[in-house]
Amino acid sequence: MISASSFGGLEFLVAGPAVGAALLPLLRDSRRVTQAAIGLASAVLAVSIWMWVDVVSADGAYVWQSNASWIAALDVHWRLGVDDLSAPLVVLTALLTWCCLVALLKRAPDCGGTSALVGLILVIEAGSIGTFVALDLVLFFVLFEVVLIPMWFVIAAWGDPHDEPGRRRAASRFLVVTVTGSALMLVAFLLLRSELGTFDLAALTERARVIESDRQILIAVLLMVGFGAKIPMWPLHFWLPDAHSKAPTVGSVLLAGVLLKLGTYGLLRFWYDVVPVGALEVAPYLGALGVVGIVYGALACLAQPDLKRLIAYSSVGHMGFVALAISTMTPQGLAAANFANVAHGVITALLFFVVGAVKDRVGDSGFGVIGRGLYARSPHLAAVLAVAAVASLGLPGLAGFWGEMLTMLAAYSPHPDLPQTTYLVFMVLAGLGVVLTTVYFVVAVRKVCQGVPASDAVTDVEADEWVAWLPLVALTVLLGLAPMVMLWSADVVAALPVTP
Amino acid sequence: MTTQVIDWWAIAPPLCLVAAAITALLVDAFAPRGSRALPCAISLVGVLAALLASAALSSHSRATFCLPASGIEQPVNCSWVIDDVTLAWWLIILVSTGLIGMLLQPSVHRGELPGGELYFLLLSSATGALCLAAARDLITLLVALETLSLPSFALVGLRRRNRRGAEAALKFFIVSVVATAFTLLGISMVYGATGSVAAGRIATSVATGAAVEPVIAVGMVLTLVGFGFKVAVVPFQVWVPDTYVGAPIGVAAYLSVVSKAAGLAGLVIVLVRFFSPYVDLWSPMVAVAAALTMTLGNLAALRQSHVVRLLAWSSVAQAGYLLVPLAAGGSEADIGAMQAYALMYAIVNVSAFAVVGAVSAWGAVTVDDFRGLVRTRPWLGLALTFALLCLAGLPPGIVGLVAKVAIFRSAVEGELTWLAVVLAINVALGLVYYLRFVAALLTPAPVRAAVAEPPASGQPGGQREPHGAELFVVIVTFIAAAVLSIFPGPLFFVLP
Repeated sequence: MISASSFGGLEFLVAGPAVGAALLPLLRDSRRVTQAAIGLASAVLAVSIWMWVDVVSADGAYVWQSNASWIAALDVHWRLGVDDLSAPLVVLTALLTWCCLVALLKRAPDCGGTSALVGLILVIEAGSIGTFVALDLVLFFVLFEVVLIPMWFVIAAWGDPHDEPGRRRAASRFLVVTVTGSALMLVAFLLLRSELGTFDLAALTERARVIESDRQILIAVLLMVGFGAKIPMWPLHFWLPDAHSKAPTVGSVLLAGVLLKLGTYGLLRFWYDVVPVGALEVAPYLGALGVVGIVYGALACLAQPDLKRLIAYSSVGHMGFVALAISTMTPQGLAAANFANVAHGVITALLFFVVGAVKDRVGDSGFGVIGRGLYARSPHLAAVLAVAAVASLGLPGLAGFWGEMLTMLAAYSPHPDLPQTTYLVFMVLAGLGVVLTTVYFVVAVRKVCQGVPASDAVTDVEADEWVAWLPLVALTVLLGLAPMVMLWSADVVAALPVTP
Repeated sequence: MTTQVIDWWAIAPPLCLVAAAITALLVDAFAPRGSRALPCAISLVGVLAALLASAALSSHSRATFCLPASGIEQPVNCSWVIDDVTLAWWLIILVSTGLIGMLLQPSVHRGELPGGELYFLLLSSATGALCLAAARDLITLLVALETLSLPSFALVGLRRRNRRGAEAALKFFIVSVVATAFTLLGISMVYGATGSVAAGRIATSVATGAAVEPVIAVGMVLTLVGFGFKVAVVPFQVWVPDTYVGAPIGVAAYLSVVSKAAGLAGLVIVLVRFFSPYVDLWSPMVAVAAALTMTLGNLAALRQSHVVRLLAWSSVAQAGYLLVPLAAGGSEADIGAMQAYALMYAIVNVSAFAVVGAVSAWGAVTVDDFRGLVRTRPWLGLALTFALLCLAGLPPGIVGLVAKVAIFRSAVEGELTWLAVVLAINVALGLVYYLRFVAALLTPAPVRAAVAEPPASGQPGGQREPHGAELFVVIVTFIAAAVLSIFPGPLFFVLP
């Protein structure tokens, strides 16, 4: 371990936003609250980048570990630590929170109560980062649940202003499905505890192989269903389109960019580290569901008359790729899943920002309402939308490409104990999904950006929006051109079939 | 025949309550009119004295009312045992009784309930609850159960000139009498088969028997009925919604917290202290009962729009959760988890009933009537929101979440994975109606007439300020739940 654990960096990443959420609304003036929150989020972002540098220099091992007892009677501790799997997601969370807060500075939702919204966003940041860095199963579970009520609020109170029952239904459906999943996840955690007698993730990783394989399969299934509700994995995805499209822009960004990652992160962490034997038995089912998600998401997108819902459904497809990558149970799959995770977070967040901006300007996100010819009506907005769309469909040179590419390569040579032919079929179907994704995004861009311009002008991208979006655009290009930023660790590079 | 030596310290807490009960009744009868707060004050002093006496007992376990040993097969057996488990139940019972006593004071103040009788009955019933948790023979258990029950019938029907209350009391009374009759029948069968009513001796004779004796098994199951009725275990939950609605709200809180805790204590004593060798027989029974109770409670609560009915069915569902550790075998850790959950439930449920009582005094009945409470009465609204989230087990109600983790853990370690999965689905089910209620509280929409204006029916009250005692209970329970959410450690004071 390189860094001293007494330093408290991870404690700051978790507690800082939480304390901020409690104290900042006392400033009363919502503009000052937002400014102060941006300051706090910048500090969190800076610390998270520092942490990432430390992780890189430790070659991916756990750093910044700390341990303090919390509930002695249940043997629950505040065990924190971060490694190469969680570090990029922590940075992603910190970055997206920062972008959301910047976006709120000038254009808060009409419903008012921006201070409360800022507070909730900070709670979501604290809970998400906490989940990524928690090394105690019960702590992981508690922090996993911490984000739910704030996100429910964000959707139910600041969501689509035209559809109050709809946004409330969407919020509650999101919450109920996720809680069912996380309760099953808790059952899996407690099964692990009853087998091995500890909630400590590091100790579990060392001892896990002694669990007999029946038990491992049961735990792996419970974890798959539990995290699958969050990812969301087809057929548990039904809460997602409504929740994303009814949520306010910042809600959609955090939902797609951060909350879905909690599911894939959990699956990666526990399947690979803790129950690999059981996971191998279940993996083909996850792969199949992932592929169904890819194809289903693409077909659903083709039929969408609404741009925001289209992007929501595209998440089902992209997360299907991540699920397929996870299901290969190889180091390549792990690297691909992690890369696709981050890429999807960045690109989809950008897409939701742009579509949210369009929706704010014209009042709705239906293709009919937006009208055609956005290139002529507001060129910069249209250009960012087009860049994000082609990044999302996996154009080489942008971030989306590597996630899909590496996933398909991983599916070509899955773990030797997995059925090779089945995975070959998965790979072909995923390739079909890529084609369909290209089709629907190109059609969407055609419908919105090209064509004879509708008569009404649309305000172009403004300065504050550029500030919130440019980091995401830059990251999209950076991850596309220099994927080594994320694929640096020696064992990952050695495992890759090609050198990126 | 030797005279028994009685350990007076061991029975001091119930004696404090009895003394306070009689004093409250007499003082109210002879005191000048206008001193309506006196019975409440006296009973609070009694509860505090009982708490202090229990605290003094906590150093080591005690027993009294013992039968001397006679031969190897008849070991020493004490009818009254105070150990950590008993003391934990006592803490839950006494704290809840004190808080509920304060909740009832506003009704006394307004002249809706007679103070002396109310506090006499409340403390008498609580005395029964204390005795139940310490009893270790079937006769003492039965007497304690009756002491708990009889005053509570009167409490339910105590409201002056209220037909609904009388009907609720009658229904409650009839079902309860039938349940107790079953328990009595069960006790007589167990006595007939084993020749004893004492816990230790029954356990010994059950353990030495080669196989499960049908008579004893049937007797055991019948004995459980009376306690299951108190806990509101399916199929003995039918009385719950009507009785809660008909009773004064403070009394409904009493039934849902103190009476339920005492019933649980009784179930634990009967199954773990008397019939632990039959664990393979009763554990699946309790597991099925728990699964049915939580599922039925949650499904029924989904359909409720009447707030007290909703809380009534929610308390049935919570009873299902509370039974899970017993189904897991009732080891020491299981009982600890159950008591941790019961403590959490007592605090937040009293909190919820306190707010509902304060708000319904100005005419709010349905969930819709509570719309916008967080805007109009922020503290009441936030306290109720927090209490509901604790009951649902979601952060920020971390205390509820942690208590649920303990329950899940019992289920999983007791090899009841299927029950844990049922529990998981039920947690999500419960979320639906708790959330609907929370959403109504937070709605910014204009509050409906029922809350904003005095009720038309001319009942006392109207848009009145909550009584100080109610506010005190709301604040204390809210702070307790909030502190336990950050430091959940003290919740598990009894876990080994």
